[in-house]
Amino acid sequence: MSDFDTGPGGTDEKIPFMQQLLDSPLLLLVIGIVSPMVLYIVWGVMETIAIPLAQ
Amino acid sequence: MAEFRTCPDTGFKIDLNADKLIKWNAVTAVVFLLIGGLFGLLVALTRWPAVHLLDADLFYLALTAHGLDVLLVWCIFFEIALLYFTSAILLNARMVFPKIAWIGYWMMLIGALITNVAVLRGDSSVMFTSYPPMMAAQDFYLGIILFAVGALLGCLVFFATLHVARKEKTYEGSIPLVTFGAMTAAIIAVFTILSGAIILVPTWFWSLGLLSHIDTIMYRVIWWGMGHSSQQVNVAAQIACWYAIAAILFGAKPLSEKVSRTAFLLYILFLQLASAHHLLVDPGLSSEYKIFNTSYALYLAVLGSMIHGLTVPGAIEAAQRKKGLNKGLFEWLTKAPWGNPVFAGMALSVVLFGFLGGISGVMMGTEQLNLITHNTIYVPGHFHGTVVVGTTLTFMAISYWIVPTLWQKELVFPGLAKWQPYLFGIGMGLAATFMMGAGTLGVPRRHWDMTFADSAMGFDFPAAANLMMGLNGVAAVMGSIGAAIFILNMVGTILWGKAKVPAAAAPAEEAPAEPNVTGAATSYGSAGTMEVPGTFVLAMIFLVSFVLYYFVNWKYLSSVWGLS
Repeated sequence: MSDFDTGPGGTDEKIPFMQQLLDSPLLLLVIGIVSPMVLYIVWGVMETIAIPLAQ
Repeated sequence: MAEFRTCPDTGFKIDLNADKLIKWNAVTAVVFLLIGGLFGLLVALTRWPAVHLLDADLFYLALTAHGLDVLLVWCIFFEIALLYFTSAILLNARMVFPKIAWIGYWMMLIGALITNVAVLRGDSSVMFTSYPPMMAAQDFYLGIILFAVGALLGCLVFFATLHVARKEKTYEGSIPLVTFGAMTAAIIAVFTILSGAIILVPTWFWSLGLLSHIDTIMYRVIWWGMGHSSQQVNVAAQIACWYAIAAILFGAKPLSEKVSRTAFLLYILFLQLASAHHLLVDPGLSSEYKIFNTSYALYLAVLGSMIHGLTVPGAIEAAQRKKGLNKGLFEWLTKAPWGNPVFAGMALSVVLFGFLGGISGVMMGTEQLNLITHNTIYVPGHFHGTVVVGTTLTFMAISYWIVPTLWQKELVFPGLAKWQPYLFGIGMGLAATFMMGAGTLGVPRRHWDMTFADSAMGFDFPAAANLMMGLNGVAAVMGSIGAAIFILNMVGTILWGKAKVPAAAAPAEEAPAEPNVTGAATSYGSAGTMEVPGTFVLAMIFLVSFVLYYFVNWKYLSSVWGLS
């Protein structure tokens, strides 16, 4: 999307970054998958793998 | 080529494929609510010490079926219906890939049936969580995998419809806030399903004998990425419905679009991380992992919920005041349509979700406080405060609008419908409260017999715990009557309801130029005022209750944790 697209109010103002982010379902989808995948799943799995095996 | 009809009530241009898919998904959801609800009643009657209805084997079977059918199947079928409604209909767009949507529907239905049969056969009473080393029959896992892939196809159709609607310019500027909320739910759903796939596919192989074992801690970490996040899908969908109902009934716009969208963004970023609160007493996982996920990150998602809790009633207050209901702090609220089940259900769910589900969730998400209630019946009390009086009550409320509107029929029992949200909401709200009370006294969750009659080492709970579990049974019966009235009203309306207009759809050229539904449901824009004093007073009452409850639990922890 161009930075100078027509905004939600129909004006010709430059669309702020946050608005562009919120208007991009694909970007939000990527963020919504990557964020918990890294912070919850990958981190949790790494900690689990690091547990020493019982002898 | 897509075909459309025009809704005479709303003026919406309705894609006939979307129309049919919404109806099928919503009806299937209600059928599973009936099945899962009946199992829930049996569970509550068994945990009522004086009744103790089922024997142990049947109890665990009923508990497994209850969890699966209401936590997963009812909610997700309804949410798929909402995704199609908020994309194709609210955006005035054609539905993309209807054939894929139907494949998704049948995969979900067949998957749900396969898992239900496995449970009812009696060899898969592993409960909703199905923790290894307990092993269910292989078709139990296969059914859930099929269901999840079907739901993923539903999400794909939703995103594709959003994309095409934007490309074909069926709306101006940004998508409406209600659709944005549904998109948040869909994003969380994709993460949920991926987590489920990562762990349930190997678990299925394990049940087939193709893998020797499943690591129990690994299973719990990844499974809760699915198990808890599926409930976050519910939260996002329910809040989208709150904004939709405020728009439909009052023409309400959010106090600030940007703030409400940012609150949904906080959900997208952080809400799924709350899954870690199930792992707070698990060995092997570090405090950094637990505390980051359940405290620092979760609190940002809670901030999102508190924003919605403020802006939904705030939007209604602003809309009501604009209509002249300006007297005092609460005229806008006292003159709200409390006899309309759409409003009553939504209003009750805002209050009960916040006070019961929200506050208790934050308390349980604190690592130290979690020790008071971990694995007690407090936990089901908490999620009955979120999924039942939050999500289910909201879905019931919006159904009172969606069903008569889409089917173009009058409600078959309008008198009963007025009482239904109160009966269900108060009944299940009390059940959640009594469960949390009993859990605070140490009553375990998932246990068939709290008297431990057959146990070598018995344990006597305080008499108050028995009383709480009895009252929980009474409240669950009350809530079940409320649920039965809802199902009767929905099924009755669809089958025997009096037609509102001739069955043939009105031709598109007779449609009003603009939809009759306004506000956050169909367009971008804020209310343009922050003068909502009544809402701020209510928010302060909530905040004070929140703080008091939180610190009372620290005091309680200090008294039960005799380390000093």
